[in-house]
Amino acid sequence: MDIIMSSFFQRALIGGMLIGITAPLMGIFLVLRRLSMIGDTLSHAAIAGVALGFVVGDFPILFGLIFALLASFAIEKLRKSYKSYAELSLAIIMSGGIALASIFFTLGRDLSMDANSFLFGFIYTLTPIDLWTMFGVTLAVLLIVGKHLHGLFLITFDEEAASVSGMPVSYYNVLISVLTALVISISIKIVGGLLVSALLTIPAACSLLLAKSFKQSIFIVVLVGELAVVCGLLIAGVWNLAAGGTIVLVLIAFLLLILLGRNIFSRIA
Amino acid sequence: MSIGTEACHRDIITVDSVSFSYQQRDVLSDVSFSVMERDFIGLIGTNGAGKTTMLRIIVGLLKPTSGEVRLFGEPISQFKSWDRIGYVPQKNNLNPLFPATVKEVVLSGLAGKRKWFGRHSRQDYQKCDDALMAMGVEDLADKRIGQLSGGQQQRVFLARALINNPSLLILDEPTVGIDYETQESFFHMIKHMHQHHNMTFLMVSHDMEMIKGYLGENPASTAGKLNFYIRHSHETQDCIEENLAHSLKHLRSQMESQKEG
Repeated sequence: MDIIMSSFFQRALIGGMLIGITAPLMGIFLVLRRLSMIGDTLSHAAIAGVALGFVVGDFPILFGLIFALLASFAIEKLRKSYKSYAELSLAIIMSGGIALASIFFTLGRDLSMDANSFLFGFIYTLTPIDLWTMFGVTLAVLLIVGKHLHGLFLITFDEEAASVSGMPVSYYNVLISVLTALVISISIKIVGGLLVSALLTIPAACSLLLAKSFKQSIFIVVLVGELAVVCGLLIAGVWNLAAGGTIVLVLIAFLLLILLGRNIFSRIA
Repeated sequence: MSIGTEACHRDIITVDSVSFSYQQRDVLSDVSFSVMERDFIGLIGTNGAGKTTMLRIIVGLLKPTSGEVRLFGEPISQFKSWDRIGYVPQKNNLNPLFPATVKEVVLSGLAGKRKWFGRHSRQDYQKCDDALMAMGVEDLADKRIGQLSGGQQQRVFLARALINNPSLLILDEPTVGIDYETQESFFHMIKHMHQHHNMTFLMVSHDMEMIKGYLGENPASTAGKLNFYIRHSHETQDCIEENLAHSLKHLRSQMESQKEG
């Protein structure tokens, strides 16, 4: 229990609660636009950035962000070249990211880096500066999404209608990519690069089963995200398990419970 | 295409020698036509004649290979008043699980206008209620859009197009997959809008019976494989703006009392 009272654990808890809001919030837009895999792709690219950030100094989040942004632009470019095979661009960027990461890992071997921590999270190294960065990104995401909520809804629901109503569709697409890249780069330290996409997509998967309106679905994704992060971190802290993995398993448990509950409910009703 | 110089005869859509090719195949070649204020234009053509392509070029979703489109007299690249145009695309490929209520969908028709922190105002909700009422789907307002039948969804999308009280409505095969009775009342409604609300229509349809019944036996002009059937609304010559939803409500109650009687 001592671990829960320690300052690094409490930092992890606060950081976790911040990404528990932003990651599912961006995730709902990606999932509804059938871009679930983008989260995975950007996070693989971000892993490479984080690794490079350690090679050149101590800037993991900054480099993670830059790589995720570059990847999001590369995806758009490749997508235009392959049009009807859009997912091909994701596969290319994803493997490219991991390939780069593996090279950076070996370059930085003498810096006593641990590849595991990039892939599966390293909450115990969360610094106050990391926390402030997370706080800033969360605030920015909330303000921007709040400001553009109606536009984001329309573009998610019906991109053509958005275009015909005079909305700058490509501006919104870039906005969604940039915000997602930001969220991913701050989430890597807590859940790890390989698991970030779970925090983007599983809450959205839960809300698709429950939500009757768009407003509700936003409420549900944030609620599920928060519950999973807090429960996951507490369980991981008490039993000394990997934090990122525990959070993701809690998310999956929630999803299964909702599926089960819905089946039982529909049989009764 | 109508001849005349009255105030209500401004060009709303001008298509000026537009060509479009896709993967080395000419879909449209050198098409020119114009739609005047208060025209009802039925655009008919065989499969692959380029009807939908034409509509998508007009609303700016596709760029023509050559030629120019002007909306309300302005070249499309400079056109800004998109809220004057209501566009109902061909059968939406809607994900039935999408978490959005009918009301949210209709209100999204206002999204282009608001750029700042948007809570919808009471006026917005009033407009939404009016549009839902006019389309006869007010009882479905809080249902999830995916739970509705095809015909109901089409009415919701029409309500979304109407929420801005547009001067031009562009409809792409609005009645595909809808039962006969619903089609009837749908056409009744748009005819009413055309005749009484200064609205201009451009509609792609395969329903020759409806087109010929309202727009006449023969196409007024042709361009390539596209046929244009035209009727200008001159039953009511008073060009006074009316509150659309209000009098559509009136129309509905008339129709309903006729049914009952």
